[in-house]
Amino acid sequence: MHLGFLTIFRRDIIRFYRFKTLLISSLVQPALWMAFFGIAMSSNFNRFTSEIPPIPGVPSVDYLTYMAAGVIAMTTLFTSLFGGMSLLFDKNWGLMREIFASPLPRNHIIFGIGLSGMTKSFIQSIIIMVFGILIGAQFFFSYSAAKTVLAILGILLFVAVFSLGFLFLSAAIAISLESPEGMQGIMTLLTMPIFFASNALYPVDAFPPALQALSLVNPLTYLVTGIRYFAIGGDFQAIGIHYIYTPVQIGFALLFLIAFAIAMFTLAWWRFRKAVVT
Amino acid sequence: MSEPIISVKKLYHRYGDFTAVDGISFEVCEGEIFSFLGPNGAGKSTAINVLITLLPVQEGSATVAGYNVAEDPQNVRESIGIVFQDVTLDRDMTCREILEFHGNLYRMPKVERKKRIDELLSLVQLENKQDTRTKHLSGGMKRRLEIARGLMTRPRVLFLDEPTIGLDPQTRMRMWDYIKAVNREGTTIFLTTHYMDEADHLSDRISIIDKGQIIATGAPYELKNTLGEDLIYLETSDMQGTRTILSGMEMVKEVSQKSRGLVAMLDGDGTKILPVIIETLSAKGIRVFVVNLKKPSMDDVFVHYTGRELRDEGAEKTSTAVVRAGRR
Repeated sequence: MHLGFLTIFRRDIIRFYRFKTLLISSLVQPALWMAFFGIAMSSNFNRFTSEIPPIPGVPSVDYLTYMAAGVIAMTTLFTSLFGGMSLLFDKNWGLMREIFASPLPRNHIIFGIGLSGMTKSFIQSIIIMVFGILIGAQFFFSYSAAKTVLAILGILLFVAVFSLGFLFLSAAIAISLESPEGMQGIMTLLTMPIFFASNALYPVDAFPPALQALSLVNPLTYLVTGIRYFAIGGDFQAIGIHYIYTPVQIGFALLFLIAFAIAMFTLAWWRFRKAVVT
Repeated sequence: MSEPIISVKKLYHRYGDFTAVDGISFEVCEGEIFSFLGPNGAGKSTAINVLITLLPVQEGSATVAGYNVAEDPQNVRESIGIVFQDVTLDRDMTCREILEFHGNLYRMPKVERKKRIDELLSLVQLENKQDTRTKHLSGGMKRRLEIARGLMTRPRVLFLDEPTIGLDPQTRMRMWDYIKAVNREGTTIFLTTHYMDEADHLSDRISIIDKGQIIATGAPYELKNTLGEDLIYLETSDMQGTRTILSGMEMVKEVSQKSRGLVAMLDGDGTKILPVIIETLSAKGIRVFVVNLKKPSMDDVFVHYTGRELRDEGAEKTSTAVVRAGRR
């Protein structure tokens, strides 16, 4: 088996580790989201929802726990969408020529960037989980040790597939564009609807039909669903909504994300085959 | 001559309406140093980019190390090393990491990779910079590191696109020594340059390329010999007498008057003819004040073939002239 993608992976990780500002900011930023947005919003949401009578017999989780899953998903989305940016710089600074003129199969560039972006998302997700639990998110509540480990692995599986999908998309955009500013623009354009037309911060049940339909084809919704299933459980209530996730639904969510990742890889590969780097 | 290691037939490359490479054909023999000499924008880099598989073959055919560039780019990539025109080093990686990365791209086994890196770092005298990030290196060091990188895989052909651009004279000469040393080890060198002294000094053979076409090909001395003649400039005590005497000499082809002296175009080696001329003149009682012997340079060859000086150098000269005019 050709392990060329590890070469690309290793370099990207060296750079990630070497740029201390990037390293530290990308580790601190998700914690800050939890600390500020999480605490501020949950105190408000908890106040509104205290009026709603709880559904009897269903375990209830507070807003912080609810949105912590959303923050993991959001951080993964942002990190992955920007994960291909280094390809654009490599291309503009001529570094890509060395790689393109080498015998390394070009799809390994896509795999390598995917693998390193996924690793970054893993690190961030774990930080959010640890920090979230520290400030009161009830993740893995009353789970046994074995179940907690399985749940974490489940979350990381969802994060992995989701991040690969968006890293492939990011790579496809990066190799097709000339300017980092243009890429920044496209990213901002994409993050807005993906983030807000999802169940990351609030339930989609009260959305108007069009927005609800959008949320159903939004990969972020499926990632959040997966994370909540593993971190909280398949039957809980939050913000007055009763959530029931069956294993079939979770399986579908995972399949949806896998299909999305495959589609994005196909797109990236097509762009890479078209790409001319001189 | 051995088998050609690079063979190009009727190669064209167009960017939209602009024809960058206009039907060139040439061969490079195994073990030689071959240069493309031409002004900026002549199509050198485009041609090299096709040969190293970065640009597709649009029309014509090319083989490198026995592999067809269009059909078998993978094997071409395995056989070549490249030093690109501008610096292509990751600023934030160390010298050793740069070479490690390159060796990994070519799937070099770990032991061999390490041995090769140590060898090359000492060849280009960067051992004590191996853990320095490349952004802290001088221009010459960067270039040396890039040459080392191009040699990591012991390529059969090493492509050097403008290898000494922007380097100071000492570093350039050191670079030439490296290139020659590498060539002696058996690597064929394909070089592009717009420095005529560089092409002259390094190459076994040169193709002069301009406007996408090869105008002339040959060894540096052959190209100069087609212009042939050495020139002698003389200022003497009796210009009229000198002129008569020179015109009568067999090895002088042509004499022309300049403002203060004479220029004689010779039929033969000026270094041998000049003493004869001086002796003949002093035998007739004519004193020689000023002598200048000029061998045809690659500049002259270039001007001869293209009818003008290199574009960028021409531009520089114009600007100096403008500055001078302004001072008057």
